Parts: sequence; C-alpha cells; structure tokens
Amino acid sequence: MPMTITEKILAAHAGKEQVTPGELINARVDFVLANDITAPVAIKEFEKIGVKDVFDRERITLVPDHFTPNKDIKSAEQAMLLKQFSRKHDLVNYFEVGRMGIEHCLLPEQGLVGPGDLIIGADSHTCTYGALGAFSTGVGSTDLAAAMALGETWLKVPETIKFEFAGKLKPWVGGKDLILHAIGDIGVDGALYQAMEFTGEAIENLSMDGRLTMCNMAIEAGGKNGIIAPDEITRAYVEGRCKRPYQFYQSDPDAKYEKIYHYDASLIEPQVAFPHLPENSRPVSEAGNVEIDQVVIGSCTNGRMEDLREAARLLKGKKVHKNVRLIIFPGTQEIYLQAMREGLFEIFVEAGGAVSTPTCGPCLGGHMGILAKGERAIATTNRNFVGRMGDPESEVYLANPAVAATSAILGRIAGPGEVE
Amino acid sequence: MELQGKTWKFGSDVDTDAIIPARYLNTSDPAELARHCMEDADPAFPDKVKPGDMIIAGKNFGCGSSREHAPIAIKAAGVSCVIAKTFARIFYRNAFNIGLPIFEAPEAAEDIKEGDELTVDASSGVIINKTTGKTYQATPVPPFMQQIIAAGGLINYVSERMKQ
Repeated sequence: MPMTITEKILAAHAGKEQVTPGELINARVDFVLANDITAPVAIKEFEKIGVKDVFDRERITLVPDHFTPNKDIKSAEQAMLLKQFSRKHDLVNYFEVGRMGIEHCLLPEQGLVGPGDLIIGADSHTCTYGALGAFSTGVGSTDLAAAMALGETWLKVPETIKFEFAGKLKPWVGGKDLILHAIGDIGVDGALYQAMEFTGEAIENLSMDGRLTMCNMAIEAGGKNGIIAPDEITRAYVEGRCKRPYQFYQSDPDAKYEKIYHYDASLIEPQVAFPHLPENSRPVSEAGNVEIDQVVIGSCTNGRMEDLREAARLLKGKKVHKNVRLIIFPGTQEIYLQAMREGLFEIFVEAGGAVSTPTCGPCLGGHMGILAKGERAIATTNRNFVGRMGDPESEVYLANPAVAATSAILGRIAGPGEVE
Repeated sequence: MELQGKTWKFGSDVDTDAIIPARYLNTSDPAELARHCMEDADPAFPDKVKPGDMIIAGKNFGCGSSREHAPIAIKAAGVSCVIAKTFARIFYRNAFNIGLPIFEAPEAAEDIKEGDELTVDASSGVIINKTTGKTYQATPVPPFMQQIIAAGGLINYVSERMKQ
C-alpha cells in the first residue's frame, strides 16, 4: 500500500510493514528533549515510574534555554534540576549556558537529529526537525518522562495534508512567509491532529534555514508534525554533521492525502500576522500605518544564520528609529560566533540594536524583552497570543527578519522595498 | 464516575498562554499555577472558580505550547472537566496523561450557557444539562486511552508495564 513520508517513518519505528491514519501505535524514539520549563515536571514524573536508568543516555537532552541565563532564583532552581538529572544519569548531551542554544536551532546544528528519525520533545516547536525529513512532534512532560524510561511512545498515525508551493519566490520572501500564508489560509486549527507535508518547486529551492522555519510553525496550524522530503539540500546539511546513521524517506507518488492545497508561491508577498493569532496574516503592503516600540529578531523560528544575514543586509549603514528598541537573539553559540566573524554584530550595534546571548526569553514573555501595557512589537517569533511577550494589553506582530529589520528602521511595520 | 458542577464559558482558540501565562512558569507547583489559571482570558477566574466547576469552550482549546502546566493549573484550580468543540492535540494528550477529564462535544459546547448546572458521566461521555434538561453525547475515547485512565494516568500505566 502506498504511504506518505510520515506514515513510512512511523511504520519503521513501530516495527510494521505499514500503518494507516487513525491507527494507534507504540513507536521507538530516536531522540527526546525537554527544556528548563518542561523538564522539571518530566523529571518528577520519571522518578515516580520507579526505574533506575534512562533508556539511553546518548538519546536524551535537557536544554536550559527558556529562562536562562537564569532570570531569577526560581528559574535558577528549575535549571539546576536539569543539571542534576543530567549528571546523575550521565547524559551525554547536556548544554550549559555558554554552550547552549535555543533547542530547535541547537539540535539540528549539533547533528543530534537527522532524516528518518522519530523525535519527541516537551516543547511544541519540536515539529521543527521535519525540515530534515524526520517525524518530530511536541508532547507534554509526562509523555516525555515515559519516553525517557521506555525509549518509546504511543502515537496516533495522523492523516497527511499536502501543501504544494509552485513557482519561484519573490525577493525577501522566505519560509516564514510561506507558512504564515498557509496558516492564514487554513486557520490555527486547519491541520488539527494532522501531518503537514510541504512540497513543490518553492520548497525544493528553499534553504535548510527556511525549511526549519516552515516546519517550526506547523504547530501554529494545530499540526502534529510538519515535514519536507529530504533531498540534496538536506544531504549537504547533514553530511559530516549527523552523529547517528540517517535514512531518507519519500512519500509514494500515489500516497493518500486527506487534502491537498495548491499555492502559487510567486504571488506571495512578505507576510505580517496581526494580533492575536498567527492566522491573522496579510501581505505587508496591506499592513497600514502600525507604529512599533520593539523589534525582536531571533527565536527557534528565525534565529539562524540566514535570518541574521538578511536583517544585516537591510540594517547596514542605517539607524534604528528613535522610538524603537531592536533586540537580536542568535539561535546558538555557533551562530553567534559566525555572525560575529562576519561582522554582523558591528552592523547591528552601529545601527543602535542590542545583541543578546541565545535564549527563548522574549518569545514567550519570559525575560529580556518584555512589553509594557499598550506597547507593540514586531517579532520573527512564532506566536502572537494575548500577553505572549508581556502585558496582556501589549501586541505582537509576526514577520520575517527582513520585514522586522525594515520596521526597526522606519518605526512602523514596513516591507524591505521601502528602505532597499 | 459522575461529575457535577456549574459552568464557565470561553470562546474558541483559548491558548496555553491564556490558560497559564509563561511569566508564572518559573515554578511547577500546582497550587501556585492554580492561582493564575485562565488569568489572561478572565483575570477574575482564579477567584470565582469553585471546586467541581466546569469549563466550556469552542474549538481548538489549549492550542499553543506543550506546557503541561496548562492542564495542571486547570485541575489544581478544582475544575472537574473541560468540554469543548475540539482540543489542540498536545493539550488533549496532556489532559489524559495527568488525569484531567476532557470531552469533545461540539453540540454541547455550542448550546451550554455560562452558569448552567451539568452532570457528566466520565466513562460514558453522557452530558446532562440540569438547567435545560438537554442531554448530549461526547465523542467516544479510544479504548487505549481508556486503559490509561483506568490505570490512573500514563505514569501508572508505564510503571505497570515496566514491572512486566
């Protein structure tokens, strides 16, 4: 029977010839992760199971990235639980501040997740790794605890929706715009319980950074996972990087899809998602006059090298608007170092922006960029829910790094065409 | 198990930031989380909710973060169950795993008004609105998930399996 890439990976990990949507399976996991918010609960639950050891000390990582560098005593205590658990179980991949990165930038970069893998993480944006041709999905702490003990998890095989992006992208349009456009079309529950498979010419030509951005936001449409078939771009990224053997899966040409959406990518403009849902997206040319107080460039969605380079291209030789705070968060220490070597920080700082160590802080209203009542931010992050970046009466607009950088210069939401 | 209580009604796409804002996630103490339950959707909710009360919501309840703190906050606030048109998938899983009863019942979620008194049969999914006399049937739960509930949550279920 023909299968989609998602079905093939699930079948392989459940030890089955085939699986069909709706079926409940027990699947072997290749890698599991949790962070300083979700791991403390997972550790507590793990200890209730009554097992001595984790299933595999090389396949678990606890990344303290949300409230770190520790923002207060309580967060320091949470982060300490991760350190203690990692030492007790001799976990190979524990990342302390200074070596740490935003988990979904860090794991692909360090070669810990790869094509054909089945990965669960106690963080909803674990779906990011679908960009490598892996099945990866977010779960809660209790599921994570069970997987740390068993090395497997139960899953319902999702139906797959195919999103076909034909044509070539316009300048300054990237993965963020394609995914915001799709979420705007189908809504924040448009792919509820389903797999989102991205295909078409625009995806085939999309860089790995752009693909990671797209799959990162599958959860914002309610999707169980986002996935892109691995190809030569994937091979170039994982070769010499992946620490474990990997496998390329492809959907069969006659695989069954629940639904297929066709988009002409050449018509898609840079998008902006208005408050308070990612589905409120519209072309930046239709944004109107929206003045802003803060710009955030970074996060697991758009904190990679390509994102920083794009922002720097626009900010070079320009100044951040006098009414605006610009904060830039490289995704990992490796990205930080590379950006420094390329002179990007000089551009950001000369423009009047602040550069931070990697952290999820501002994206979830944790620390390092909180909004006051009535303040408005444009961010390259993934969510603009009520109170997401601070006060419940603040506002977050989502966009790609080029739109964010342009908005920082002009003090209002604007597309790159206005400053190029 | 029969649940009884008065309802509080919310709209669609109630996200996990509304259920428990991230600014309180530097702790995982259930009692502390309960004090801020649904705060960004209704600041008065933590004060007015009474043990046994139920939450009624539209589509996609619990969308957003994987934070288990969301169902933990609801359970610790004394809420006996959540009835919604649909749930976001991670929230759905988390609720079962920690033993918070939830029911997908589109018609009930549409009809039931804030303040209605309900009885809910947790095993059959039959919802009776005592205020209006109307009865509804929630979408049945897959047998495997009933086993998790019967074991008392995922950790007990796994614990039993590890002993085998």
